[in-house]
Amino acid sequence: MLIKIEDLTKDYIDDELVTPALRGVSFEIKQGEFVAVMGSSGSGKSTLMHIIGFLDKLTSGSYFFDGEDASHFDDEKLADIRNKKVGFIFQSYNLLPRISVLDNVLLPTIYANDLNKKEVKEKAIKLLDKVGLSHRMEHRSNQLSGGEQQRVAIVRALINDPRLILADEPTGNLDSKSGQEVMEILQDLNEEGHAILMVTHEKYVAECSRRMLELKDGKVVYDHRVDNRHLAKDGLEK
Amino acid sequence: MYLFQTIKSSLDNLVLQKSRSFLTMLGIIIGVAAVISIMAVGASAQDLLLSQVRSMGTNLIGVLPGAADESGAPAAMFGIEITTLKYEDALALEKLPHIVAVSPYIMGRGTMSYLNNSKDFDYLGVGHDYVNVEETAVEYGRFIRREEVDSLARVAVLGSEVKKELFGDDDPINKRIRVGQVSFKVIGVMEERGVVTFQNQDERIFVPIKTAQKMLIGVNHLAFIRAKVDKEENIALTISQVENTIRFRHNIKDSAKDDFAIRSTDQALDILGTITQALKMFLVMVAAISLLVGGIGIMNIMFVVVNERTREIGLRKALGAKRKDILIQFLIESASMTLIGGLIGVISGVLLALVISISVNYFGYDWQFIVTPVSVFVSTLMAIGVGLIFGIWPANRASKLNPIQALRHE
Repeated sequence: MLIKIEDLTKDYIDDELVTPALRGVSFEIKQGEFVAVMGSSGSGKSTLMHIIGFLDKLTSGSYFFDGEDASHFDDEKLADIRNKKVGFIFQSYNLLPRISVLDNVLLPTIYANDLNKKEVKEKAIKLLDKVGLSHRMEHRSNQLSGGEQQRVAIVRALINDPRLILADEPTGNLDSKSGQEVMEILQDLNEEGHAILMVTHEKYVAECSRRMLELKDGKVVYDHRVDNRHLAKDGLEK
Repeated sequence: MYLFQTIKSSLDNLVLQKSRSFLTMLGIIIGVAAVISIMAVGASAQDLLLSQVRSMGTNLIGVLPGAADESGAPAAMFGIEITTLKYEDALALEKLPHIVAVSPYIMGRGTMSYLNNSKDFDYLGVGHDYVNVEETAVEYGRFIRREEVDSLARVAVLGSEVKKELFGDDDPINKRIRVGQVSFKVIGVMEERGVVTFQNQDERIFVPIKTAQKMLIGVNHLAFIRAKVDKEENIALTISQVENTIRFRHNIKDSAKDDFAIRSTDQALDILGTITQALKMFLVMVAAISLLVGGIGIMNIMFVVVNERTREIGLRKALGAKRKDILIQFLIESASMTLIGGLIGVISGVLLALVISISVNYFGYDWQFIVTPVSVFVSTLMAIGVGLIFGIWPANRASKLNPIQALRHE
């Protein structure tokens, strides 16, 4: 079991005003699963992803990640686990604009000690080649198109061999062709055994995954296998 | 890789915002340049002062008339005429074991004339050992002899400027000059010595002490006595011997009733050195204030930088950067900004000191250009320090940012 969440709650407290974002969420994610989390804005899906991605702390309940109880990790440990165990893909790519594509990909490695520089660089080049960007390696990232930037971001997420890939609306800022390319890569990665948790509000994107969760008002209201899985390479239906 | 990349990216940012970086660094540049040039000017002024005293001769002790507190200045320094010191006191000092040369002094000013040339100069009544006391020599001719002192001979040795003024290119030896109404035979010309203790030694003449006392001034006391001690380590001993000798001669039994005071050049150098050092430090402190102001400018701009790069900070945290990593990144950034400012400041400060030394030399002073590696090292270090100290607050704020909120920052 990769992730085991039980009765997870999260309250935001602002001037003694308590706003519950998650009100008792429980589910499990196995090794190699591809889960899409859906829900309207305010449903708690972003909060859930932040907690699973160790960017935020839970209020109550339990969260086991890779066999470890993650509910009481301190900041240092959270930073470390973000660095090594999860890879983030953001809606707006979040590449550093003024450094090269290669340096962007290598960014997480500078926060990980005991890495062999040369090996890690070779790995980055290999991964960039895999997403068809090896010829863009020395370009600055702001010279790339949106789709290319998102592919760089995927490579960056993979560079430290994470146990889980977290994608927050990965196609949200992309045109349909670039979106299709990104989804193809994610599906390929899943085929290779990577576990992926993706937040999206577009049904046809969610249907590329293998399992769909829907959140409403901080609770899971739907949790099912995707029976009729889309293959991104066949084109994304709107 | 981490350090290298951080430095590289902070340099990139500096270049990207050239004018902003320059304006930010200006405070540091001015501060460091001021520290460097003031340290250089201070060191040069100190060197000039001390070399003035040192060129009077080393291992000298002076006996001044009138009592003095241990710390205060002798009364004679304030222009009060005290007549207790006599020629015989100087003679008595010659017999002390570690004293190699003694000369009594008295001075006055008069009109010196040769044929139709005349001009006002100082005259100095001295003993025959004057050249040994002050480590100088005659250029040609000879100096005053002991017999000439005792016999009130009317002989004079000219300073090189006086010789030039009165005789031009003529040979002055055995010619007669008048000092006031008294006629003197010129027996020698001193070698050029320049300014010592801020008096031009070349613009005076030297006559036997007793001749000056009796024939030019009409007194029988001395202005002061200078004696040269053989070795530095014997100075303290000799001072006490001189004290005892003069007390005995003046019939003084209680040292509190001394009618003379003794000073050594080493003492004078010490005091002068301490004073100039303190002045130098004071000036450096004043200059350092502009570094402080520059540091506040750095802090200000670092807050702007942190704000501009909030998303980047959020991203770095999401990718695994710890608080410490972000803190170090921004500290390196502010320190590299002040380091570059510091280096520019060092260069401008050195140039400024060079310009000052060239212009002072132009006015005839022996002004050394002194920039010590220590001052360069210290001010560069200070610049880095300012960057680190004033970078802490903004860097700390950056490191505490919540990654989720930082990532959402527009």
